[in-house]
Amino acid sequence: MNRSRLLLVAVALPLALGACKKKKPEVAPPPVQGGNPDAGPVRPPENRGPTTPPSTGPSDVDRVRMARESMANKIYFEYDADALSDEARANLDQKVRVMQANPNLRVRIAGHCDERGSDEYNIALGRRRAVVAKQYLVDRGIDASRIETTSFGRERPEQQGSSEDAWAKNRRDEFEITAGGDTMRAP
Amino acid sequence: MPSSCTSRSTMRCAQTARARGVEAALDAAHMEGWELTGTARTNGWGWRAARRAIGVTACGLGLSTLADIAAAQTGQPPGIRIGISYVAGHKTGLAVLPIDGADGDSIATMLRRDFDYSDRFTMVNTTGPVAPQTLNYDLFRKLAVDGVVQGALLPGGALRITLHDVAKGVIQQSKDFPLPSPALDANWRQAIHVVADQVEEWITQQRGIAATRIAFERSGRIWTVDSDGANLRAVSDAGIGPQWTPSGRHLLYSVNNGRDPIIVLDVATGAKRTLTSAPGAQDFTPAVSPDGRTVVFARTTEEGTDIYTVPFEGGAPRRVSVGRGRASVGPTYAPDGRRLAFSSDRTGHNEIYVSDDDGSNVEQLTTGTFGDRENRTAPDWSPDGGAVAYASLNGGTWQIMVVNVRDQSTRQVTSEGRNQDPSWAPDARHIVITSHRSGNRQLWVVDTETGRSRQLTRGAEARLAAWSPRFTGR
Repeated sequence: MNRSRLLLVAVALPLALGACKKKKPEVAPPPVQGGNPDAGPVRPPENRGPTTPPSTGPSDVDRVRMARESMANKIYFEYDADALSDEARANLDQKVRVMQANPNLRVRIAGHCDERGSDEYNIALGRRRAVVAKQYLVDRGIDASRIETTSFGRERPEQQGSSEDAWAKNRRDEFEITAGGDTMRAP
Repeated sequence: MPSSCTSRSTMRCAQTARARGVEAALDAAHMEGWELTGTARTNGWGWRAARRAIGVTACGLGLSTLADIAAAQTGQPPGIRIGISYVAGHKTGLAVLPIDGADGDSIATMLRRDFDYSDRFTMVNTTGPVAPQTLNYDLFRKLAVDGVVQGALLPGGALRITLHDVAKGVIQQSKDFPLPSPALDANWRQAIHVVADQVEEWITQQRGIAATRIAFERSGRIWTVDSDGANLRAVSDAGIGPQWTPSGRHLLYSVNNGRDPIIVLDVATGAKRTLTSAPGAQDFTPAVSPDGRTVVFARTTEEGTDIYTVPFEGGAPRRVSVGRGRASVGPTYAPDGRRLAFSSDRTGHNEIYVSDDDGSNVEQLTTGTFGDRENRTAPDWSPDGGAVAYASLNGGTWQIMVVNVRDQSTRQVTSEGRNQDPSWAPDARHIVITSHRSGNRQLWVVDTETGRSRQLTRGAEARLAAWSPRFTGR
């Protein structure tokens, strides 16, 4: 009973603030999906406050690394659009948890576009893509002052070329930690 | 008069020119030269000496007065040409004679190219004699030439240009143009372009656009290139979206580094200053008012993208568009400075709008008629105020359109490849665009009257071009 209530609280915040219309998210999985099978024996935790019993899953160092990766993961957009896909929302949900666990963490979101469309309008569109991601995080309790936004339009493609594949990879938001990234905790 | 020019060869030349057609007239011109060469050789002159002798006298005929020419032409049917006065739709036939001297070939080549690029002339290639004082006008009439440009490099270093009206058989204009040194460098080339523009004005009453440059972005830097594609040089280490001031002395551009300031660059000295920069804002697509005093630009913040103005000297930007969170970008001034055109997606997709320069009285200038994904962007107001050029996504392909400001009629001026970001030349007729028709993005010059296009840049991708005002030349 208590356990399920705890779980409910854990998912209440993202659900309450206007998340998915199409489907309910699954019960929040642990922030780490699959550990490193070569991790070997569990290492003693380092640089953590209260001691915790050694876990049988990924090491704490791995979990911190994965938290860092969560922050760095990009989200992608449809052509000429700034709407968040389900994958984008799941990605941002992970970032919410990391940022909640690390109150000193500050981030810059940079929006990007593919090479089609007007070069100069793409700067505006990229900014909009960054802002929509920021708004999602802010709506879920992250303080707006911790998130900067900017746009590089189509000026910094991740992949050169004029293929659908390149275009899809270039329509993205990138997340760069600007402060508090030296010592991070896994959520 | 050199003794090599006999009256017998004179008569023969005139008779040949009268008797046969244009083709024969060309042969006759060659034959005249050879005739005299042969004559000169028998007199002990070398071939080169004979050519110079030909140069001094008209067409090798030994005629030094117009009266002689007229006398040789008795019985000539009356000409139907109106001479070299410009008539819209009629391309004046123009010949540039070879110019003597070390740089003569370069000058003649540049002039011919500038006249060709103006799209107002049919260039007639004549291998005529060098810088005679009088011409065989009849010969040129048969070659469908209306005007002959004759150049001579004077001992003091100036270039004397003489323009002949072939129909009237007279010299219409003659002027000495001082040339800077060293020859063949950038300033010298601009001086030659000024000559071409002056000759064009003598003929058409409209000054040419040869003495202009185009600024553009390539490899993350701002570059300039002369209107004929020469003198390519980088003028900044970073930047996109350059625009000229009305004097041509400065370029404005933004630097897309995340903070995106607008920079003012003194092109001659390289001196730079930051015009706008604000935390959380990115500024881009600057444009300068016709009086040079105000800069209009787009500023994007987390609230959206709007049009702002700021004094050219600097100061606090003032917002002039209220896009309600949508994006208004790419402002361009009307030549009277009182109105702006810009692109906005306030209806859900990009269209071109016009407003007063303070942002009031907004009107929609374009309406979607092509395809589902309607998009019209990157407007540029023509220097004569009558039209706005812009890029339109027509059936999924970007093309350049021109909309008449008064009646809102539109026409498409490109058809090949993807074409964007037009910028008008000062003649309100040519535009420079970014086109990908050659395989990658390059600058192309398009004549909006005839549709004729020429490739201006090659190699690494070039885009976001801006045509300079006319440089008066130094």
